[in-house]
Amino acid sequence: MQQKTIDTPHGAIPYLEGGSGEPLVYLHGAGGMTLQDPILEALSSTHHVYAPFLPGYGETEDNPQLRDMLDYTLHTWDVVRALGLKDPILVGHSMGGMIAAEMAAVSPNDVSRLVLIAPAGLWDDDHPIPDLFTLLPFELPQYLFHDPETGAKLMTAGLRIDDPEFLKAYLVRNARQMGMAGKLLFPVPDRGLGSRLYRIRAKTVIVWGESDRMIPPAYAKGFEAGIAGSRVVEVPEAGHMVILEKPDVVANAVASVA
Amino acid sequence: MKFTWFNLMPWPYLPDDFREKNRSVWVDIDQKLFDPVKAHEVYNTYMDLLEYADTLGFDGIGVNEHHQNGYGIMPSPNIIAAGLARRTKNAALVVLGNSIALYNPPVRVAEEFAMLDCISGGRLVAGFPVGTSMDTNYCYGQIPALTREKYAEAHDLIIRAWTEREPFAFNGHYNKLRHVNIWPRPIQQPRPPVHIPGGGSVETYDFCIDNTYSYSYLSFTGYIRAKALMQGYWDQVAKRNTPDTSPYRAGFAQTICVAETDEEAERLYSEHVNYFYNRCLHVYPGFADAPGYRTIKTIQTGALSQYAPPRGGFGQLTWKDLTEGGHVIAGSPDTVRQRMEDLIKSLNVGNIFCLMHVGNMPADKCMYSTKLFAEKVMPKLKTLMPEWSHDERFWCHPLEKLATPGTLPSPYAPARAPEHA
Repeated sequence: MQQKTIDTPHGAIPYLEGGSGEPLVYLHGAGGMTLQDPILEALSSTHHVYAPFLPGYGETEDNPQLRDMLDYTLHTWDVVRALGLKDPILVGHSMGGMIAAEMAAVSPNDVSRLVLIAPAGLWDDDHPIPDLFTLLPFELPQYLFHDPETGAKLMTAGLRIDDPEFLKAYLVRNARQMGMAGKLLFPVPDRGLGSRLYRIRAKTVIVWGESDRMIPPAYAKGFEAGIAGSRVVEVPEAGHMVILEKPDVVANAVASVA
Repeated sequence: MKFTWFNLMPWPYLPDDFREKNRSVWVDIDQKLFDPVKAHEVYNTYMDLLEYADTLGFDGIGVNEHHQNGYGIMPSPNIIAAGLARRTKNAALVVLGNSIALYNPPVRVAEEFAMLDCISGGRLVAGFPVGTSMDTNYCYGQIPALTREKYAEAHDLIIRAWTEREPFAFNGHYNKLRHVNIWPRPIQQPRPPVHIPGGGSVETYDFCIDNTYSYSYLSFTGYIRAKALMQGYWDQVAKRNTPDTSPYRAGFAQTICVAETDEEAERLYSEHVNYFYNRCLHVYPGFADAPGYRTIKTIQTGALSQYAPPRGGFGQLTWKDLTEGGHVIAGSPDTVRQRMEDLIKSLNVGNIFCLMHVGNMPADKCMYSTKLFAEKVMPKLKTLMPEWSHDERFWCHPLEKLATPGTLPSPYAPARAPEHA
């Protein structure tokens, strides 16, 4: 994967690009994305992957002009247009899945293939989603991973967590990234997507880690019921970060919509 | 100098093992710990104490706004202030303040503050805090990254509502109002004085400087630790070529306990101080700072939430630590006067918010401390900063003659028809 930049009406947007094959746009979740992300590696073995950073991620500043769900939905369409893509396979994880689903709902004729990986966007009182915004770093792995211990290592691999300068940079990055995520997810991650799911006409696959304790797998049913003809792929021994724990399984599910 | 007697209104019945058994005094505090019947006593005692401070000659009596909070049972300071407006005559009503990003629409604040100003005869000092992350984001659900923009918009709307004399349309991002025309409006013209509580956000310094508002640092860690932050404010005042460095451009909250001697102060108050620092400030760190609430610029300056407690918590701090460290100014009138002078001079603050009811302090001790401060400390501090004594920009301007509540005439008596003979 390579990092590049594209001009959009909201300024220069960095994105990661790699692989060859059918064009695929991947939208990252609230935790962000790195050049070495295993899911990008897996997807790029069969597809030409474009993975834009949301403003606030990837060393960019948050864009104060973007405030609500519609702003981010249209912004991401602007990015797709700027990349010169037409009807790419649209894939999103968590918050990125929420944006992808909104994109497919507002422009149903422009999205024919959609993959939602543990997407946010619905709320079910019987399955309340933990308040991500109160979680301390050491609490995250138990919500994000099937195996929290291995997950904690995946999260901190290569990070100098004992270095105060690193920690300050971490605080700044976290505030920037999660500050943006809060516009879509805080305090309850529901911006009305449920009432718009019926508009989606894409062939849709919904991928969920069976051990997801951030957005419980019960939510898969809500998406499945809302999107006509959609199909759920449950992934054993994977949590919310199924993209880190089982990237190849996710990539296979993506291949099945093509 | 302006001294405001302030009551945070802590719940005084948190159990001894509160810290061990609960993760937070704020946001998700255990419902079972609140007893509405006891609250009847607590509220009335606390309001009595505020009224007592008025009788002792404090310049102001102060209230503030917190939500779902065991050390501040005052979600609506305006309700308390309305009660105080009727039963006090002299003190300013310092409402510090209303978290204006939380009101929908914020003209509600313009209206209620106008009512308070009218009822009190122009004694309102208005505070507009952004609100803590606990209150604003976690309790009231405001989106952290949009809170400051929403706050700024609410501020503009309130000031226009107070000052414009024709109905106007307001087309904001967060407020769409076709007919803004508040009725009543405040007595004080062009507007009541405004104080902005802040916690080190650099944007707030500029906001105060630009609007001639007083910047209030409401800290619980005392004046010694506040020096760096207040210096940051004064540096910004200098950098912006502000016309003056009047101490009334700044305020500071300080916990104060007065007794006849230093030893007596420790004996009388240390358990209540301990209650406050050990139980009342026990906030779950995950609630301290919602990501996006503080700007990147502010985080980079290293200003983190004061609710992120020190390592090991405040519980390990002894009376000696807390008094020597300046968290609490306590002791004999002479000790307190010396330290208050040090505070006033080193921070260059003209508005002092005296936190004199501490934790679970009973009313009699609180009155004892308050009376000693009012009689033996305050008079000696009042004369400090004489060169700025003319600066009335940051304080209220009451009417010359106030109405006397509770003085209705006799009811109308219809004239009796003469009886037939």
